Amino acid sequence: MNRSVVCLLALLAVLLVLPLALDRYLLAVMILIFYFAFVGQAWNVMMGFCGQLSIGHALYVGLGAYTAAALYQHFGVIPWVGMLVAVAVCVIAASIIGWLAFRFGIGGTYFALLTIAFAEFTRIGFEHFDWVGGTGGFFLKVVQQDRFDLLNLRGHPVMFYYLALALAVGGFLVSAWLLRGRLGYYFRAIRDNEEAARAAGVNVFRYKMYAVQISAAMTAFAGVFFAFYYNNLFPEQIFHISRSIEIIMAPIIGGIGTLFGPVLGAAVLTLVSEGINAALEVGGHEIPGVKQILYGIALGASIMFMPHGIWPGIARRLGFERSQDDEDA
Amino acid sequence: MPLDAVLNIVASGLLTGLVYGLMALGLSVIYGVVRIVNFAHGELMATAMYAAVFAFALADIDPLWILAPLAIGFFGIGYGLQRVLVNPFIGRPEHAQFILLLAVALIIVNVLLVAFGPDARSVQVPYALDSYEIGPLLIDKVRAICAAVALVTCAILFAIFRYLSFGKAIRACADNLLGAQVVGLNVKHLYALTFGLGTACVGIAGCLMSMLIDVTPGLGPAYTLLAFVIVIIGGLGSMTGALAGGVLIGVSESVAGLLFTPSAKGMVSFALMILVLVFRPQGLFRAR
Repeated sequence: MNRSVVCLLALLAVLLVLPLALDRYLLAVMILIFYFAFVGQAWNVMMGFCGQLSIGHALYVGLGAYTAAALYQHFGVIPWVGMLVAVAVCVIAASIIGWLAFRFGIGGTYFALLTIAFAEFTRIGFEHFDWVGGTGGFFLKVVQQDRFDLLNLRGHPVMFYYLALALAVGGFLVSAWLLRGRLGYYFRAIRDNEEAARAAGVNVFRYKMYAVQISAAMTAFAGVFFAFYYNNLFPEQIFHISRSIEIIMAPIIGGIGTLFGPVLGAAVLTLVSEGINAALEVGGHEIPGVKQILYGIALGASIMFMPHGIWPGIARRLGFERSQDDEDA
Repeated sequence: MPLDAVLNIVASGLLTGLVYGLMALGLSVIYGVVRIVNFAHGELMATAMYAAVFAFALADIDPLWILAPLAIGFFGIGYGLQRVLVNPFIGRPEHAQFILLLAVALIIVNVLLVAFGPDARSVQVPYALDSYEIGPLLIDKVRAICAAVALVTCAILFAIFRYLSFGKAIRACADNLLGAQVVGLNVKHLYALTFGLGTACVGIAGCLMSMLIDVTPGLGPAYTLLAFVIVIIGGLGSMTGALAGGVLIGVSESVAGLLFTPSAKGMVSFALMILVLVFRPQGLFRAR
């Protein structure tokens, strides 16, 4: 076993026993970190590996969340089944977007704008979709939080902690597997030079579709988790473009295209943002918007001074540079 | 539905559309020359709207009087933005440029939120309720003035690019960057001038728009998206396309408000954009 695997396993072991030492607030912070690590990982498959910039990933979070929540609330379908439907819905949505874009040769800026357009279109659509509450929001039944009802995903934050951890680990493993395999090489070939990849015989259309579909399917799980963790859904919130931006922050700050970047980025961002919250609270300046300003500055500064993110530099210093993570960073 | 009502709604959509067109024109000019998608466009517009609201609330100044100073100020903002922030990003990957301007947008919209709060503000000029009666049409005076100012501004911009030497130099950069550099044009300066001109357009558009609708910080992102919808429908980088796209969206918004509910009008715009992106990605008003 090489060093990076040992370090990762050690980290995982710590995270597995961590809930014993955490209060509810810190538990919520950790869940947030895992959540953003996972969606960041999902987005990274599309942008970091395959070079297709999506600024509409809130679409898949929202579709996944609404699908599983509506099935549960209206038909009593357990979330583990609803999840599969949610994945199917998201993959279909991604296939439509991908097919339209790639079939007609839309790339770069135009593709990013297309993803925004679809997300916004869906947001306004859901605001008028009364079956799931429209603008008024959609609410799941909340039960007492001391139970562990894993089947219906109702219960104590500790359960959600382990679910979120499982998501983050799962996302990491899927990404690692993708990077190592043939698919990952095709993705990166397309990202680095689409024409050259085509000339080398890669079916560019097919693999770009795979990238978009895999990314959407992963994001669907995040959506289901979101729905059952927060219990309320508002189109204005879940589909909003600021959600999509939130999703892409962690991998950008951590390191686009790296394996550990989204995880590190999620941890840094969440801790910084909670720290800012706490500081603002202590200072008594709880003005809405201040936190977003600091976010904006962080985003701008990181893209300006660290275009490859934080992780590649750290990885080099820690001696992980020959590991798979930053092979292409 | 009486024909009069429909005509009135189409006319008002058309006039608002001209202001939209001016806003989108700014975005299109910047993209056409600098090849940067200004993701902070709507936020700059919202800033101009707040400037107008502020001047009105503070000193009772008609927004029309501050058009010129605002345009000059915004020209300066745009020039500086390009010189300081955007210029180092030319040649960097598209996603990096995108994210840089997203960060700028995020900062602007939240500074507005902190400074002015989330409440809606408006400008009520004394002639706000006046209107012109032309045959069966009843046209708001404010809207007509705004449309006229927008048209004049567009005409000035077209004239700059057509007749002034620095306008021609900017077009040279857009047509052939290498050639422009070879003949010794100061590309950095010209890019910044272009960004300034685009920003001045959006400044004027924002000032006009403040008379037509209530102003909230949330308008920033909404107008960024709207400007994108318009320029994509018209063709990114095309000046006439931006204007025509603005009118088209203005009319389609008001008609959609009539046919469905006003809150669903954005859906029609986005659907139009998706259709255009898929079937005519170069835009409706532009040759391939």
